[in-house]
Amino acid sequence: MSEGGYDWLMAVPAELKLDPRTLRADFPILAQEINGKPLAYLDSAVTAQKPRQMLEAMTHFYETSYANVHRGVYSLAERATEAFEGAREKVARLVNAPSSRALIFTRNATESLNLVAYAWGLTNLGRGDVVVVTELEHHSNFVPWQYVAKRTGAEFRMIPLTDGGELDLEALEAIARDGDVKVVATNLVSNALGTINPVERLSAWAHDHGAIMVVDAAQGAPHRVIDVQALGCDFLAFSAHKLCGPSGVGALWGRRELLEAMEPFNLGGHMIKKVQFEQTTWGDLPHKFEAGTSPIAEAVGFGAAVDYITGVGLEAIEQHEHDLVSYALERLADVPGIVIYGPPPERRAGIVSFNMDGVHPHDVAQVLDWEGVAIRAGHHCCQPLMQRLGVAATNRASFYLYTLPEEIDRLAEGLLRVRKVFG
Amino acid sequence: MDDLYREVILDHYKNPRGHGVIDDADASAEGMNPLCGDEVAIYVAFAEDGETIEEVKFSGRGCAISQAATSMLTEMVQGRSAGEVGELSKEELLEEVGIPNMSPIRIKCALLGLGVLKVALHRAKGTPLPTEWAGLDEEFRVR
Repeated sequence: MSEGGYDWLMAVPAELKLDPRTLRADFPILAQEINGKPLAYLDSAVTAQKPRQMLEAMTHFYETSYANVHRGVYSLAERATEAFEGAREKVARLVNAPSSRALIFTRNATESLNLVAYAWGLTNLGRGDVVVVTELEHHSNFVPWQYVAKRTGAEFRMIPLTDGGELDLEALEAIARDGDVKVVATNLVSNALGTINPVERLSAWAHDHGAIMVVDAAQGAPHRVIDVQALGCDFLAFSAHKLCGPSGVGALWGRRELLEAMEPFNLGGHMIKKVQFEQTTWGDLPHKFEAGTSPIAEAVGFGAAVDYITGVGLEAIEQHEHDLVSYALERLADVPGIVIYGPPPERRAGIVSFNMDGVHPHDVAQVLDWEGVAIRAGHHCCQPLMQRLGVAATNRASFYLYTLPEEIDRLAEGLLRVRKVFG
Repeated sequence: MDDLYREVILDHYKNPRGHGVIDDADASAEGMNPLCGDEVAIYVAFAEDGETIEEVKFSGRGCAISQAATSMLTEMVQGRSAGEVGELSKEELLEEVGIPNMSPIRIKCALLGLGVLKVALHRAKGTPLPTEWAGLDEEFRVR
């Protein structure tokens, strides 16, 4: 990929602003001190903090409407089912799914991706086929495909990265010569570098080759407007916990005809139409893929979290994070011995991955913790990427709607203290 | 809190003792802490009695705690017998490292070198790892 990168621009009107200071009042956890300093939570890429509105929605549901769903004939069960299905509608709307029946509740994005890899991959892949992932993938969209490719005898290929941390699309044609491309799997936003990937172009390329396009939107859905129809993908996976919802619930959207043709993933209660000694038939969508008791209250919390972030406005969130990441890149450039990985702010979400010359990320994160600044240090579940970067680990600061610019100042000042400690 | 990076730790980190490789080592092993990617390889040469640790060297990369603790370890075990070091307790090393109230994650960093050394010694002697260290070779992916 040439220096200019991808030829798409974010159309974000300047007036779409959010006020993080007002929003922080919704997040009780942020109003505390860590080691005598106000907490600066700069690790939202790993999981987001929870607004009171979402917590109250779950509590209210438990206190007034909890029962198992799709089971009882009594009023309470109906009320629970209504709340659960209402949440499905909200989550489906978040990604502009044409039908909420093709929106499946899972445990998390990882389970959503495993569902596709197993239920679609094991049946549809074989020798001579090629599964394409990227060097930027989180293990959740890498390991299942590597495993299923091995099981089925398919080839497994990675789209390489440019030194700027973006996908090198020029490598695609060589990959296509290795066989019949059947799956292209990528994240929309890299959790490790913040790179925003050109999913529309990859979808078009995948479809030109008769492949399905699988998108890991775990890091995209919380931070920007997602439209599965505009992305042109076939499957899209994301988690609630990264978008202010509870842990334990995620979603998979899939093209209805693909989901209908697929084998089931988990087997058991609720996902059946008819069970007989000789054979069992599968239920309709989405139930076919929702065996057992679902994370019911968590799904309701998921819906409330969607209400919350759409209430704030995803365009405003994206703009806020863009401002923060631009500022962070500026501030960090002033710290001696810092190497920053990944693309320029125009093609980067609210994530900054960096290393400090001669100091291991764990030591950086430890000293920052003394200052109340929480960042992630490690491989971010992206070992192939770390290998590509030639490092064991990086530091990563990540932002969300409640992040303040002065928290980035404190990060930069904390890094100067790290420099001092390690001389 | 600054205890974690007190002078002696930083000194061992910046100027590791026993840094290097022993070709034809009598005992050696390498391992990593998969959580943070810290890596340590340890090489041991025995004296003529085949028991006394005459020379011990290590190489690796990782956080200050893992590298400094391994550096301190090489000083601690020099001249001691393989049997004795094979039984060396976690507490003895942690006391030497001297960081109070270390978090469980950082304790793992500090113990990486000792774990790798133990595997190297027990492997060379054909003896099993002490119970409190059992499974260590897997945990630290020791090769």
